Amino acid sequence: MVTSCCLTRSVRTSQALNCYRSIRKLLSLERRRRHPSSDQLMQVGSRSSKTVLEYYRELGLVMWDKVGMARNEKGLKEAISKIDGLSDLWSNVRITGEAKAHNKTLELAGRVADLLELGQLMARDALERAESCGGHFREESATLPRAKRCETTSNGHAAVWEWQGQGQTQKLHKEKLDFEVVHLAQRSYK
Amino acid sequence: MKIKLVVWRQKDRKSAGAFQEYELDGVLPEMSFLEMLDVMNEKLIGQGKDAIEFDSDCREGICGSCGCLINGQAHGPELGTTTCQLYMRAFADGDTIVIEPWRAKAFEVVRDLVVDRAAFDRIQQAGGYTGAKTGPHPDGNANLVPKQHADLAMDNAACIGCGACVAACPNASASLFTAAKITQLSLLPQGGPLREARVVRMVKQMDLEGFGNCSNIGECRSACPAEISIESIATMKREYMRALIVTEKREAKAEGAG
Repeated sequence: MVTSCCLTRSVRTSQALNCYRSIRKLLSLERRRRHPSSDQLMQVGSRSSKTVLEYYRELGLVMWDKVGMARNEKGLKEAISKIDGLSDLWSNVRITGEAKAHNKTLELAGRVADLLELGQLMARDALERAESCGGHFREESATLPRAKRCETTSNGHAAVWEWQGQGQTQKLHKEKLDFEVVHLAQRSYK
Repeated sequence: MKIKLVVWRQKDRKSAGAFQEYELDGVLPEMSFLEMLDVMNEKLIGQGKDAIEFDSDCREGICGSCGCLINGQAHGPELGTTTCQLYMRAFADGDTIVIEPWRAKAFEVVRDLVVDRAAFDRIQQAGGYTGAKTGPHPDGNANLVPKQHADLAMDNAACIGCGACVAACPNASASLFTAAKITQLSLLPQGGPLREARVVRMVKQMDLEGFGNCSNIGECRSACPAEISIESIATMKREYMRALIVTEKREAKAEGAG
């Protein structure tokens, strides 16, 4: 009886190992293409003292305050410009330790850099959608300012952002949604 | 609170390590232990020094990533908790805290407080699984499991693989870890087909990794965040004996029939 998880010296093991090795190679190539090398990142902030955690917390605060449960145009525009400012992480962050050694600070810097990109895009997407829809709530479209909030939806569309390359602005694609049988309605939270 | 830290620093696997002393002021009792280390690291980075490397992930006691010896105790002074669940209110103003990585020959120190626990992965890969193919799930009551067995299996399945048992044991034995998985699967019908092979292979792997042997000390149970009982170790030993006898009987029967 062949068990799927018999990790003895079998063909299955070496196949799995080769698969794993090629995935790792692809990922490391991808990393090298998309980001400055770890060594560069280590050099940059030698004169500054802003740590990765400081960037992380600032980003978190912006997202919580301005791209949170209730969004508005002014706040979203401020968020976008604030996150733009935080992208000086690439030239200003302070990381100690070595690039090739076990370095959690460096690992976190990479993650925060990704989160900056993601946060930026989330804010832009929220700004683009000038209506309330699902979890995205725009204060401008609330009909009852003080009582329970209501949702309004105008025409309805699905949106997706396309990667244009490192450092390039993402491209927005919209697909109009036509509701044929079940129609859009205003939701009340009363 | 003002705290003095005595931390093990080690550059890499091949280097000799040494203790380094640090002072940290402004520690709030509400801070978690790892948060305190983060604050310490922010200070070190500000001074241009290397941060203290340590493992952590969920920071809520379930992933098994974090773990260090705190004043000689695995996961610190509280019972049934991991390092990330320890808070600075467990210490007093002016205290000295000695922080070390898990100490065991089978857990090589990678850097500072980070150890290589791949030995645990290899023990699991040797038999800590059921040999069942995946597919559509069966009816919930198709496999009848007595409640007592289900409960005991769950108690053992609660093992998070943190390695505190190894660190606490004077022999650096991995018995509690290995026993937890064996006990869990020996109680369940799904673990039936591989029951004998599992215990023999897992124990063999445990020995190959260079862990010590169990001499019924019980430190492991005290340090375990999931509070796994050392009765599981007795179960593992019994399962091992049973496996030897059953396998021998089976082989004799097969020979007789053939």
